[in-house]
Amino acid sequence: MSDNRQEITDDLFVHEPLEEGKAEEIANPPSNFWKEATVRLLKNKGAVIGLITIIVISILAIFGPLMNEYDYREQDLLRSNLPPLAAGLEWLGLDGTNSHHTNVYEERSITNAPAWFGTDEFGRDLWTRVWKGTQISLFIALTAAFLDLMIGVIYGGISAYYGGKVDDFMQRIVEVLVGIPNLILIILFILILEPGITSIILAMVITGWVNMSRIVRGQILQLKGQEFVLASRALGASHNQLMWKHLIPNVMGPIIVTLMFTIPTAIFFEAFLSFIGLGLQPPLASLGTLIENGYQEMRYFSYKLIFPAIIISAIMISFNVLGDGLRDALDPKMRK
Amino acid sequence: MTDTILSVENLDVSFQSYNGLIKAVRGVTFDLKKGETLAIVGESGSGKSVTAKSIMQLLPKKTTVINNGSIVYEGNDLLTYSKKEMEKIRGSEISMVFQDPMTSLNPTMKIGKQVMEGILKHKKISKKEAFVRAKELLELVGIPNAEERMKSYPHEFSGGMRQRVIIAMALASDPSVLIADEPTTALDVTIQAQILDLMKNIQKKTGTSILIITHDLGVVVNMAKRVAVMYAGQIVETGTLEEIFYDSKHPYTWGLMQSMPKLHQDRSVPLIPIAGSPPDVSKLHDGCPFAARCPYVMKVCHNHMPDQSTISGTHSVSCWLQDERAPHVEKPELGGNNVDKSKTS
Amino acid sequence: MLKFILQRLGYMAITLLIIITITFFLMQLLPGTPFSNPEKLSDRQIEIMNEKYGLDKPLAIQYFTYLGNLLQGDLGISFQSQGRTVNAMIAERIGPSALIGGQGVVIGLVLGLILGIISALKHNTIFDYGSVFVAVLGMSIPSFVFAALMQYFIGVKWGLLPAALWKDYSYSIMPSLALSVLVTATVARFIRSEMLEVLGQDYVNTARAKGIKEFSVIIRHVLRNALIPVVTVLGPLAVSIMTGTLVIEKIFAVPGLGEQFTLSILVNDYSVIMGITLFYSALFIFVIFLVDILYGILDPRISIGGGKKDVR
Repeated sequence: MSDNRQEITDDLFVHEPLEEGKAEEIANPPSNFWKEATVRLLKNKGAVIGLITIIVISILAIFGPLMNEYDYREQDLLRSNLPPLAAGLEWLGLDGTNSHHTNVYEERSITNAPAWFGTDEFGRDLWTRVWKGTQISLFIALTAAFLDLMIGVIYGGISAYYGGKVDDFMQRIVEVLVGIPNLILIILFILILEPGITSIILAMVITGWVNMSRIVRGQILQLKGQEFVLASRALGASHNQLMWKHLIPNVMGPIIVTLMFTIPTAIFFEAFLSFIGLGLQPPLASLGTLIENGYQEMRYFSYKLIFPAIIISAIMISFNVLGDGLRDALDPKMRK
Repeated sequence: MTDTILSVENLDVSFQSYNGLIKAVRGVTFDLKKGETLAIVGESGSGKSVTAKSIMQLLPKKTTVINNGSIVYEGNDLLTYSKKEMEKIRGSEISMVFQDPMTSLNPTMKIGKQVMEGILKHKKISKKEAFVRAKELLELVGIPNAEERMKSYPHEFSGGMRQRVIIAMALASDPSVLIADEPTTALDVTIQAQILDLMKNIQKKTGTSILIITHDLGVVVNMAKRVAVMYAGQIVETGTLEEIFYDSKHPYTWGLMQSMPKLHQDRSVPLIPIAGSPPDVSKLHDGCPFAARCPYVMKVCHNHMPDQSTISGTHSVSCWLQDERAPHVEKPELGGNNVDKSKTS
Repeated sequence: MLKFILQRLGYMAITLLIIITITFFLMQLLPGTPFSNPEKLSDRQIEIMNEKYGLDKPLAIQYFTYLGNLLQGDLGISFQSQGRTVNAMIAERIGPSALIGGQGVVIGLVLGLILGIISALKHNTIFDYGSVFVAVLGMSIPSFVFAALMQYFIGVKWGLLPAALWKDYSYSIMPSLALSVLVTATVARFIRSEMLEVLGQDYVNTARAKGIKEFSVIIRHVLRNALIPVVTVLGPLAVSIMTGTLVIEKIFAVPGLGEQFTLSILVNDYSVIMGITLFYSALFIFVIFLVDILYGILDPRISIGGGKKDVR
């Protein structure tokens, strides 16, 4: 101790308790779960970068198609297979040259606005198509995730909350559904539903909600025995009140985390289906169809594959990293 | 006169955490003599387990900082030992029994193998001999059908039986020091007594010194000859069992005594809890850490750490009340014998 | 034990029956049934098939006839490739799929274990961050994107490995690598978190307190306990391998089951789609069954049939 003993004068030896309230304050710093979680999340660099990437991509998905004069389905055979050209970004390879290093724009003397991401074989502008495709992919994923969430929360909630025979019966059904490889069911449903946005969403939701319902059920079962539930029950709270006021807010954490992982899974499935030929039909674009198309011609027009591939990877990575970050932030015990 | 076998001097242990350095143990000093039992008492979070683990050097290396003090075992400072040298000490010279028998055994390894593991490490004997030795140890700690039970997995044992197994493992090569970190906390009351008796019997047979870490004053009375009271990473008072129980000087020790139920006490006499809760060790300031909860707190306590004052050869305390300038404070009634019955309802 | 296995087998049968039923009735909803394609089939063939599959009878009878045929292991006849049985097509194409799938799993398990263990032991160091980053990339980048890029760079641009087709062993390397990416990432993440959890367990400290060498503590106490739960990811892995083969065989032109499946989808060969679907489902259900039994054998705390007695 660096105390200077001379400082200790006689007058210090009088009874003097700490000011009222300060003792408690020292002992228990005030804390708020959501605030703390936010602070923890913001400390996680990966998660923050992921979040920003998602926001940027979402904004581009909405406004990107409006940023030039081209429409995503407008064909112009004079402009077919143009390599990417963007003023100021030539150093990134967006210089309008093809694989033989000839400037196609000069060669074909194209003077109207350049295609930043190039064009496809029908002369459709790929910048517009890529962002339109991102928009559609995100829409499919978000809708599917939202429907999963609704069905999962209701099913899992009812199952866990009522327990007993209801739970037994509902879990038997879940057990059977879990045993079915969901990919195969999705493919079968797409086959009869005719490819399209709605059918892809439906097919994914048919199996997707099971996972969410299991998470919700597990959480509620765990919480059900805890005191605060007993307390509000003893105070005469009704079933509905209990469920919405106490149980659901407490299972929010795991639900948010599961949701964060559901979205990239849905994006993957959409792209996967498109890639094996069960996805959207042109002129509609999605990341999956664009990748499929780009893959077919990657040897000569690699830009057609590269841009959608980068964007889908960025979205998937961002959601996964953000999901990991949220899991750590919302459940500090799980911190690894 | 008994000799000192383990002596901890001015030990500082800190942890790196997200909120900065946490000083868990601050200037802890105590001696353990050959064949005796010393109890370290304190609330959870007072740093007593950290002290125990730092003797064994079982704290996570990456986040633990021991920047001051020494842990001298038979004349050598363990803190200067290499990893290899420590491995030789652990389990053979100094052993440890942990708090929770439910989690302290490897769930996927048979009991016999777990006991033999330590024996084989420290004794140059064959597997067969180790098996016999393990069987003897399990019999010593009172496991019936020891030979058969060696083929069982931990989950086939009750909590008390598991703690016996852990004690058997700790005894594998006749350690001179046995550190028991809350050995009975996780057990039923009747089992607690059995385990304490077992440890006392073993001490009689082997002459092991025992360092028992606990928050349970009942355990202290049952086991210890000497007691060290810890609060917020510091030892605030040490003395013999009698001195601590009948002549304690620190208001925190008084509080501990008042909050303990007594056998002969009228049931209607309320236990007096210590107001408030232990301080957050990451936010300690200069003064006495107990100041915020102390009913006798003085101005000086808030900003200055009290010195240690010696009451007798075995009894010392860190409290400003010992200063001659301090007002005289009447020690509250601690024992159950002279309780003023008129105050009860 | 026996009761547990029988119970599981019962569940498997029910699940499979439900899948068969769903598949059968979904196929009925499709335009043009697998068994009536007059352009491709001769009158004689239709006659034979009507006889065998009872197509002129009511739906319920057709369903039971189909079930009966399945019980005898008969998955039906392709109606795009003339007169070939689905069984023969599966048998012919299972080899390459099994080869790249098996290699993918082995490579993925080995790499994943290495990455995960390093990550956990060097927790919060640059090695840990590096492995976690690699694992996140592996989890996130869709396998077909990865495969396409691999084919473009390794196969076409640099010419290190054959870019596609199936001639000798070297043709199996790139598809196997592409398949192993997701396995590596999944296993690495799983092992890492399992190991970190075990490292925090009291019994690891008990072992250290015995004076056991750190290396032995890791091998005998940490790794063993961390590895047991890895069998639980085998089920999800089986699915991701199946998913993977569908696209990766298409990309690398591997003549396997997955390529047949995607081909059949393109030409609407429903009976083959149905057959392969059932084959995959049965395989998946069987893997899950194996995992349950394996877990019970490996972890002494689980008495099979009685559930977990005590969770650490």
